[in-house]
Amino acid sequence: MSTAVAESKTWGGGNEPLKASYGKMMMWFFIVSDALTFSGFLAAYGFSRFKFIDAWPIADEVFTHFPFLHGVDAPMYYVAFMTFVLIMSSVTMVLAVDAGHHLDKAKVTLYMFLTILGGLIFVGSQAWEWNTFINGDYGAVQTKGGNILQFVDTEGHRVAIRDFAIDAHGERVRHERKTGLWFVSEGTLPTYTVDEVLNGLEAHDNILVRTQLLTEEGEKTVLSREESIRQIKDNGKLVVEGANLHVNEYGSPLFADFFFFITGFHGFHVFSGVVINIIIFFNVVLGTYEKRKSYEMVEKVGLYWHFVDLVWVFVFTFFYLV
Amino acid sequence: MAHEHKLEIFRGLLKFKSNTQKIWGVLIFLTIVTIVEVALGIFKPESLMVKVLGMKLLNWIFIILTIVKAYYITWDFMHMRDETKGLRRAVVWTTIFLILYLIFILLQEGGYVFRVYDEGYIKRDF
Repeated sequence: MSTAVAESKTWGGGNEPLKASYGKMMMWFFIVSDALTFSGFLAAYGFSRFKFIDAWPIADEVFTHFPFLHGVDAPMYYVAFMTFVLIMSSVTMVLAVDAGHHLDKAKVTLYMFLTILGGLIFVGSQAWEWNTFINGDYGAVQTKGGNILQFVDTEGHRVAIRDFAIDAHGERVRHERKTGLWFVSEGTLPTYTVDEVLNGLEAHDNILVRTQLLTEEGEKTVLSREESIRQIKDNGKLVVEGANLHVNEYGSPLFADFFFFITGFHGFHVFSGVVINIIIFFNVVLGTYEKRKSYEMVEKVGLYWHFVDLVWVFVFTFFYLV
Repeated sequence: MAHEHKLEIFRGLLKFKSNTQKIWGVLIFLTIVTIVEVALGIFKPESLMVKVLGMKLLNWIFIILTIVKAYYITWDFMHMRDETKGLRRAVVWTTIFLILYLIFILLQEGGYVFRVYDEGYIKRDF
């Protein structure tokens, strides 16, 4: 073989050493870069957690709700359900890809539809999860130093502020623009003031304060009765109900910040995945890929969809389990 | 384009007849792993609370099971098993190397900041 022939074979173009189409390969490399973005978030979460390793909120105590079951302690069951929904929609997606290989339009349509449905159930569940997290449950008092003090009874069960706070005089009214300085405004005030919480605490002998510090057994420290009252009296600054980017009744505000950013960024991926799936679904129904004799587009969005599932597996572990 | 799938999982221990069957098989496996994770997370067996390499054994189990799940999602649902060696390594090795590096740096630094707060003169607990 002359060198000219060998050269044109190697450099003449048309070689496919990776045996993948351009589109599919670029989807893989997009996934690599997106995976690094998510690991950046999760590693930053790990950084903050290691920084406050002795006082980080316990996930089981934060996510205990299940829709339609009020007052039932159900740690993690709902997230497990969400995980299962997402894995299931991943399965219908891969079945759609498989049906596409057999050029079976009816089956691809059905499986794409089921995938979209699964995605919508997941996004809806996440909205519910956010709503529960933002509204909060028990309420807590934030100290001058930014620590969170929660309330428990003598047996260690959580007590909600609304169940023991006693009305105190001199309640402050929310400042509105129309009632005072027009260039100053403030958000809604908490339902209770620290004085009301203190009154209630002094009146109920069986209520104690629980700090964020973890004991050797990995449980939160409960203070003595005298210490409880002293902490609220001297250091209590603000009653916190629920969570937002500034305060968080479950513990460190960073926990809420990362919860919103990581699950939010993931939820946004699921949402855009659903939108892309809907577009592809209509293309399938209209017969675009039937005419093309190739369902590779389904395969490409499939890769993206599986990636979203893959990320959730990690978010589930690092946010809810570990 | 030919669509040949490798139909073996667990290094050939389990061989499926068709791709569809393999998908359902992998789903069953992933479901079992998830159920084990949730059960461990709820019951938290006392025997798994010992510290191994600075972290609870239970947490190591969670992380390993997660990586197992990630492997089967990538290999069977995303068909990484059927791609060429070159593509597989370009994607997987790059990602894993960079992520391990990032995790090492940030967790090391986080632990350092904790020790400064804990043993140093910086007070944050009031």
